[in-house]
Amino acid sequence: MNLLKISTSNLKDKPLTSFLSILLMALGIAIISLLLLAGKQIEEKFTRNVAGIDMVVGAKGSPLQLILSSIYQIDAPTGNISMEEANRLTRSPLVKSVIPLSMGDNYQGYRIVGTNPKYLEHFQAEFEQGKVFENPMEIVVGAKVAKNLGLKVGDSFASQHGYDQEGHAHDAKKFKVVGILKNTNSVLDQMMVTPLESVWEVHDEGHHEEEVGKGANALKLLEEDNNNVEANSPMDEGKEITSMLVKFRNPAMGMMMARSINLNSTLQTATPAIEINRLFALMGFGIDALKLIALVIIIVSGLSVFVSLYNSLKERKYEMALMLSMGASRTRLFLLLLLEGLIISVLGFVIGIILSRLGLWIMSENIEQNFHYDFNVLSLLKEEFWLFLGGLFIGILAAAIPSLGIYNINISKTLADE
Amino acid sequence: MIATQNLSFAYATDKQFTFPDFSCADRETMLILGKSGKGKTTFLHLMALLLKPTGGKIQINNQEISELSVSAAADFRAKNVGIVYQKPHFVHALSVLDNLLLSNYLAGKNQAKDKAKHLAESLGFAEHLSKKTTQLSQGEQQRVSIARALMNSPSVILADEPTSSLDDDNCLKVIELLKKQTQEIGASLVVVTHDQRLKDVVEKRIEL
Repeated sequence: MNLLKISTSNLKDKPLTSFLSILLMALGIAIISLLLLAGKQIEEKFTRNVAGIDMVVGAKGSPLQLILSSIYQIDAPTGNISMEEANRLTRSPLVKSVIPLSMGDNYQGYRIVGTNPKYLEHFQAEFEQGKVFENPMEIVVGAKVAKNLGLKVGDSFASQHGYDQEGHAHDAKKFKVVGILKNTNSVLDQMMVTPLESVWEVHDEGHHEEEVGKGANALKLLEEDNNNVEANSPMDEGKEITSMLVKFRNPAMGMMMARSINLNSTLQTATPAIEINRLFALMGFGIDALKLIALVIIIVSGLSVFVSLYNSLKERKYEMALMLSMGASRTRLFLLLLLEGLIISVLGFVIGIILSRLGLWIMSENIEQNFHYDFNVLSLLKEEFWLFLGGLFIGILAAAIPSLGIYNINISKTLADE
Repeated sequence: MIATQNLSFAYATDKQFTFPDFSCADRETMLILGKSGKGKTTFLHLMALLLKPTGGKIQINNQEISELSVSAAADFRAKNVGIVYQKPHFVHALSVLDNLLLSNYLAGKNQAKDKAKHLAESLGFAEHLSKKTTQLSQGEQQRVSIARALMNSPSVILADEPTSSLDDDNCLKVIELLKKQTQEIGASLVVVTHDQRLKDVVEKRIEL
């Protein structure tokens, strides 16, 4: 017998009311915690993948789309650009290095990107197995792809056109796996990388046989259009790429160059930092609104604690007087009631944290299936400590206000009246 | 033992009570009879230190207690006075056993589970110890509240209309139990009631 036992007995005695209070607290905590977790992980992923890239050059269109497709591999590309025109840029003394990217195919939903070995160096990728590609149609597979598809060095497969599994299969040309990468914790884990020439080879051959419109998605149509236009132009036999990642010697000077490219060519440049900030600003608005909703839920939970304690204190007035007559001090009984609010807050917090992890895990499974992006689920955040204190504060405050009534009970009158 | 002298109390200037002196030795039973409105419960609350008298003296075990501070009075009451109320009230979220142990806990004493079981056996509700108090009949509840008053082996048991809601059979049983149990622990028993049935079973009595 102690205060804790009396408190828990009181909570168990009103299971539905206690359940509601705990549930509300847990929901509020879970939503805020989930937002914190997801926001943090997204930001981390985005920042890690963007490191070291000052500018992306691609076809005209949405700069955000260009960044998302070329750096994060989560949106469709803006279109193709001529390799020749892109190469002209690389001669500028301001440019430190460039990495060309050519996209358009996938295998089982994982993107195949044509590039050069510098792309692997950019991510400081190490090989689990095998080596880097040297010839066309050789392919290096990211850690997660290899694991999920069970690919090993020596395997071969035909790619599918587009960015999902429904694309037309390029059966005639098969890729051969020459290397498996170690986990880099970046977008590279979800990709397959091959020389630029492979992408050209696959498409040169398949190009004229494809029937536009048959099971093709909008993206494919767009790309076919582009290809057709290029193919029809008499003077250009040149190769095409999707985009180019650029590192400057001096980023400030680079910005000037970016401006002149945007003005004077058919190309478009995008600065990852700027676009990502813009994206976060857009998302931030939604996240703030959700946080507000969660906060309201937590406050309602506090209100629910308040109302249930207020009501039960009226019912339990005699009980309180009885305990006072049996030697309990008013402060002790006040603590007893506070403890009920405290237990609800702590239980709500723990359940909320568990729920948020569960939610993130489900989200992660989903995102991984659809976008091949994954989240790391089990990290506890510093912000959640503040969330804990906030939850405790609301629980205790909600319990304290009605419990102050303890100090006004007239023992003799209460005992005599009933 | 418990004794009072010139005890008086006023709720307001037009609502004053003065109470007759009495003294009740250890193992003795004192019946205080009075109709409603005569201040029976007030008298009991004064003896229980739930109210502070406006005048007069109260001694329990030859200690003057009317001048004790609020917290000292609460402590003294918890250790030396057991109260049986007219209607048996409990902390209803707790089991019968826990309600008994609560008495030890709030008085700051060791929680005597064995004693609770022993009392439950001699008062005949041993099989109900793990039940909620609301699951018990009125008579059973009254016996539990007697056991609760005995848990700290107090020097005085004060009973406020312990029998008024019981039938003749139960009325006699309860008063015999109270007498027997208080004698066993060597306490004084003071019963405040309007129940005339008790006249025949208690020799010492005063009327308000």
